[in-house]
Amino acid sequence: MSILLTKKTRFIIQGITGREAINLTRENLDYGAKIVGGVTPGRAGRDVYGVPVYDCVRDAVAANGGMIEGSIVSVPPKFTQDAMIEALENGIKLIVVVTENVPRKQVAEAVELAELRGARIIGPNCLGIISPGECKMGGVGGPAANTRQAYTKGNIGVMSRSGGMTTEIASTLTAAGLGQSTCVSIGGDAIVGTTYAELMPFFEADPKTHAIAIYSEPGGRMEAELAEWVLENDSRLPIVAFMAGRFMDEMKGMRFGHAGTIVEGKEDTTAEKIKRMEAAGISVAERIEEIPDLIRTRLARRKR
Amino acid sequence: MPGEFIDIRVDAKVAKNATLARKLAEICPVSIFISPDEGSGDGIAIDESNLDECVLCDLCLQAAPKGKIKIVKLYE
Amino acid sequence: MRFYEYEAKALFQKHGLPLGQSKLIDNSSGAPNQARAAFKSLDCGPVVLKSQVLSGGRMKAGAVQFADTADEAGEAAKAILPIEVNGQKCRSILVEEKTPIEQEYFVAITWDGRAKRPVCVFSDMGGIDIEEVAEKNPEHVSKTHFSSILPLTPRIAKEAVGATGVSGSDLNKLAPIVFKLMQIFLKYDLTLAEINPLAKLKDGRFLVLDGHIDMEAEARGNHKALLDELGIGDEETRQGRPPTEFELAGARVNAADHRGVAGNVVEFDGNLGLVIGAGGGSLTLFDAIRDHGGEPANYCEIGGNPSMSKAKELTKLILSKPGVEKIAVMMNVVSNTRVDIVARGVIKGCLEAGKDPAETIAIFRIPGAWEEEGFKILEKYGVDYCDRTVSMYDAAGRAVAKMQS
Repeated sequence: MSILLTKKTRFIIQGITGREAINLTRENLDYGAKIVGGVTPGRAGRDVYGVPVYDCVRDAVAANGGMIEGSIVSVPPKFTQDAMIEALENGIKLIVVVTENVPRKQVAEAVELAELRGARIIGPNCLGIISPGECKMGGVGGPAANTRQAYTKGNIGVMSRSGGMTTEIASTLTAAGLGQSTCVSIGGDAIVGTTYAELMPFFEADPKTHAIAIYSEPGGRMEAELAEWVLENDSRLPIVAFMAGRFMDEMKGMRFGHAGTIVEGKEDTTAEKIKRMEAAGISVAERIEEIPDLIRTRLARRKR
Repeated sequence: MPGEFIDIRVDAKVAKNATLARKLAEICPVSIFISPDEGSGDGIAIDESNLDECVLCDLCLQAAPKGKIKIVKLYE
Repeated sequence: MRFYEYEAKALFQKHGLPLGQSKLIDNSSGAPNQARAAFKSLDCGPVVLKSQVLSGGRMKAGAVQFADTADEAGEAAKAILPIEVNGQKCRSILVEEKTPIEQEYFVAITWDGRAKRPVCVFSDMGGIDIEEVAEKNPEHVSKTHFSSILPLTPRIAKEAVGATGVSGSDLNKLAPIVFKLMQIFLKYDLTLAEINPLAKLKDGRFLVLDGHIDMEAEARGNHKALLDELGIGDEETRQGRPPTEFELAGARVNAADHRGVAGNVVEFDGNLGLVIGAGGGSLTLFDAIRDHGGEPANYCEIGGNPSMSKAKELTKLILSKPGVEKIAVMMNVVSNTRVDIVARGVIKGCLEAGKDPAETIAIFRIPGAWEEEGFKILEKYGVDYCDRTVSMYDAAGRAVAKMQS
């Protein structure tokens, strides 16, 4: 089982003829993804690795009889909000936005529209979603061969604000013999379409997910929100978090890491986050290589 | 001059093919090929300063008749 | 990107928010004379002189002073000039009329990452630490979310103010100010628009006494006209401290090529150059280097599949820093950034800097996309590298060990 996407998910790539999108197309196709079209205005009639290119999402949807569930948005920051809205207004329900440096107001506007349309945005500034052995949508894991090396099918859900660390964590789990159910790179910006806490109900409902690993960093309130969710919903899933950027607690006002990673108040320091997560029963790892053992310990405790 | 890591060799048989030259300039994501429309003669021209940017996407190999363009990895 | 108080107030003025009379004087040795002149030309009686710094805590540091006469104003300016507030030097001094206050309010608009909407925080107990008020007197703090896509109309400001129990003519005078602040927040891609205190004067008027504006760095390009008007140039990063030459050069490397990111180059005074990435990986690796006792010469974030030349230029920049003999090239397992392209870039960077890559690169730990290709390149140049079986933490340890041997 998996969350958000399956082997059958049919999706398009907006901005398909760009340098990054060409890569994405090949990598996702090689991993078995059903990419049914791409969009770049003015390039209709071409193809990228056999995927037909359309001028607009409307044409791609029409050519597929309306049967498109998802879209990857890989266009420059200036055009990203328009691309998200174009996907939403053409009925697409799952939108993975990989573009970085999109101003948060533009993201918030699109996310609000997504709520009205009953759609979900993942990202921006993310690497997408992967259910190992099933499907992937986005750059997560890179080329198919590298993806298979890092990600294996199993029972651990992974959520990460850092795209790169999604794969680092999965790779560490894989090396330790722990496969993954679904891994979601949610994006590193201050406003993202989907937060940790919002993904929890999906993992909670997925019988194949037995535990969760997350990547965590200073800035924002997302970990606090997750901690609250876990307590309020009495989650069945043990969670292990890795906390990066401890050095930032000494450097208030400086900007490191993702756009959402500036420490603004006492609540978003690593020390405070660790405190909140531990209070909610989330185990916090000091190093990534500790994650597998912590998960095993938590799972063993649960069975007893 | 080859790059430090990459060289691209064009077979003499297609070197003067302007249509192919245009196509190559259009598809190369890192602008290794210069279009004849940009004033560098009538055939396939290579911007040597971009050779090391080659991402090995093979789109140029697919666009050209089989074997007429070769990407040489100088580190092998 | 934070605005100085005088810039925030210029923006407020442009949008008709009520402000006291003021004059801005510079930070030169002539400031005391300017302060005396400002006192006289304002001709409003007692004034307050406020150091313009990008930091809170001015009052505590003595960088805000009051003056009842022109001479006192001169003395105050003299006293304020040398004071650093949290490491920030005085940029200029704002001389402003001092007004008799009856009550202070607080209003701030910011983004709520959980609700993914703007939120207006309002309190009728302003002037002091709002977090403390929220803790001790939660009924005096309202939090009101509003839509970023539906039409913004005044009722939302009325609700925000009214939720703290404010009514009567105070409500009708406060709500338009709060509403304007909401409009300004959305119009200029701000991440924070705060007025504290927003004062009710003894004569019944309302005045903005202090303001804090943060604009989203990514949106600067969309507000060039305003930034020009305020005289804020591209070179002003407005981080916790002013950028160094090295950091500005890093920003230029990043801006010169749109392919991928070589961002957030921050200078430290250690000897180990870092070519690290990406956002999360850099945080993890920087922690690891410090944990092993290493002394980083810089912080940076490469990612988003940088071009060969971008990686090359960054390498050259870091190697140009005095005292940097070695660099550590490390990332998490990469997906879209390519191992081979980064390997090409850092090796070529070493070569163009006239250095032997095998000697200069302490460790190369970037596993992932195109690693077979990358490892072939590294082997040819004799660079010490490791794959994913060596953790980020241990790779950092290897780099630090080489610096100490």
